[in-house]
Amino acid sequence: MKDYLYFPGCSLKGAGSPYEKSLLAVFRALGISLTEIPDWNCCGATAYLSVDADMGTVLAARNLALAERADGRDIVAPCSGCFLALSKAKAMIAEYPDLRAKVDDALGRGGLPYEGRVAVRHPLEVLLKDVGPDRLRKSVVRPLKDFRVAPYYGCAILRPYETVDSAHVPTVLEELTRIAGATPVDYPHKARCCGGMLTTGVQSVGLRLAEILLDAAKSAEADAIVTTCPLCQYNLEVYQDRLCRSTRKDLRIPVMYFTQMLGLAMGMDERTLAIDQLFRVPVLACPAGGRA
Amino acid sequence: MRLVKTVKYEADLDATFAERVAAQPGGERIWDCIQCGTCSAICPVSLYMDLTPRRIVGMVRAGFRDEVLNAVSPWICTSCYACTVECPEKIRITDIMYVIKRMAMKESGHHRFVVPAIEEAFVAMVRKNGRLTESRMGIKVAAKSGLRSALGMVPIAWKLWRKGRLRLLRVERMQNPESLRGVLAAVEDRRPAPPRTGSRGSPAGVKA
Repeated sequence: MKDYLYFPGCSLKGAGSPYEKSLLAVFRALGISLTEIPDWNCCGATAYLSVDADMGTVLAARNLALAERADGRDIVAPCSGCFLALSKAKAMIAEYPDLRAKVDDALGRGGLPYEGRVAVRHPLEVLLKDVGPDRLRKSVVRPLKDFRVAPYYGCAILRPYETVDSAHVPTVLEELTRIAGATPVDYPHKARCCGGMLTTGVQSVGLRLAEILLDAAKSAEADAIVTTCPLCQYNLEVYQDRLCRSTRKDLRIPVMYFTQMLGLAMGMDERTLAIDQLFRVPVLACPAGGRA
Repeated sequence: MRLVKTVKYEADLDATFAERVAAQPGGERIWDCIQCGTCSAICPVSLYMDLTPRRIVGMVRAGFRDEVLNAVSPWICTSCYACTVECPEKIRITDIMYVIKRMAMKESGHHRFVVPAIEEAFVAMVRKNGRLTESRMGIKVAAKSGLRSALGMVPIAWKLWRKGRLRLLRVERMQNPESLRGVLAAVEDRRPAPPRTGSRGSPAGVKA
């Protein structure tokens, strides 16, 4: 089985820790090893590019250079924000020689040459392309029968680069949902913005965006939203009670990571997958499975 | 009765503004805009903006520097890239919003919004520790966003803490943050020394 370098990012060490726990557990069970990039730094997210583009790019590129120095295997970046920041730095450096010179100069002084030869991958891609649907199907011991899932992609793994899936008609989450034995529901906003950082900065606008998504998933009679991004998961999950009060609508719905969904179908227990760390625990129609 | 001029003459505009935006990575194709409005239509937050993305692009090209740099729009942009993907002329509107944010921070001198303050706090924390500690960032955001908003976060923080997703005492940092600081300092060293004071691209007394 292929091995990968791992870029956790800051969120997976914080409020997004259920993502990290479930990702590591599922990958381990599938026999894939993830090696954390030694002394990685923040990807810069959207904030650094708003303040200083050169530094933001150098910041992200340092991680790519560290990965090259480690052994040049593909990087798995589970957080959508990190995935995009690293992908974007790589693309921008390749496109703009000026930027390349700045990166070479800055990283070169730290003794870290940058060649641009590592690939940045999202775990969804690794699961469906590298591991493959057949092996995943074989690993499923407890199909999540009658579990209706609203797949939610967010923005950054689809736009602007479309490396993971089509920006207009994404289907990988639906495919994974079917592999897990659950039923993907169709709804119109599966790649619409969750509110991003606006839920902290301009809360009235950010919460409205989250509300639109929750409303759409509820209208489609989903049992849970399955997402790929720690910021989306946070925005859709933690403000539910407040939104129920302010909108007088029932917007309560569990919001889980795709790794948790797959792990459940693989028969792992809820603690291993950190499902007990979610605000709302998804209720499965099928009987509780065995131990992982 | 005081009479106010309601239109801008060409002499009131900043003739170099569009070129400065276009010179930044991602800004080049701004000249190709056909003002179709697809960006404003697809943007999930354009209805909260003072200047829609289409108008921002049009006004940048026309040289409305002050209006654009003082607009709220770039700070409402969530970087979802919907406009960039949909633009029939392949203009990277999200990147142009980033360019405007950076110029506004450097040149417009004031921000009406908490967003740039949050971004600056984020950057400062990363420069110090190499990583972001969400709990500390949350406290900083709360401090900047007013009492009501801060109080609203208390039940959420409590629940996150109970679920083991908020560790108040732990600070995320690299083993060796100096190595990152050295790299970032190298970027600064390379820059041309003085920021062009006085040449803010506002010829002929733009600011009334």
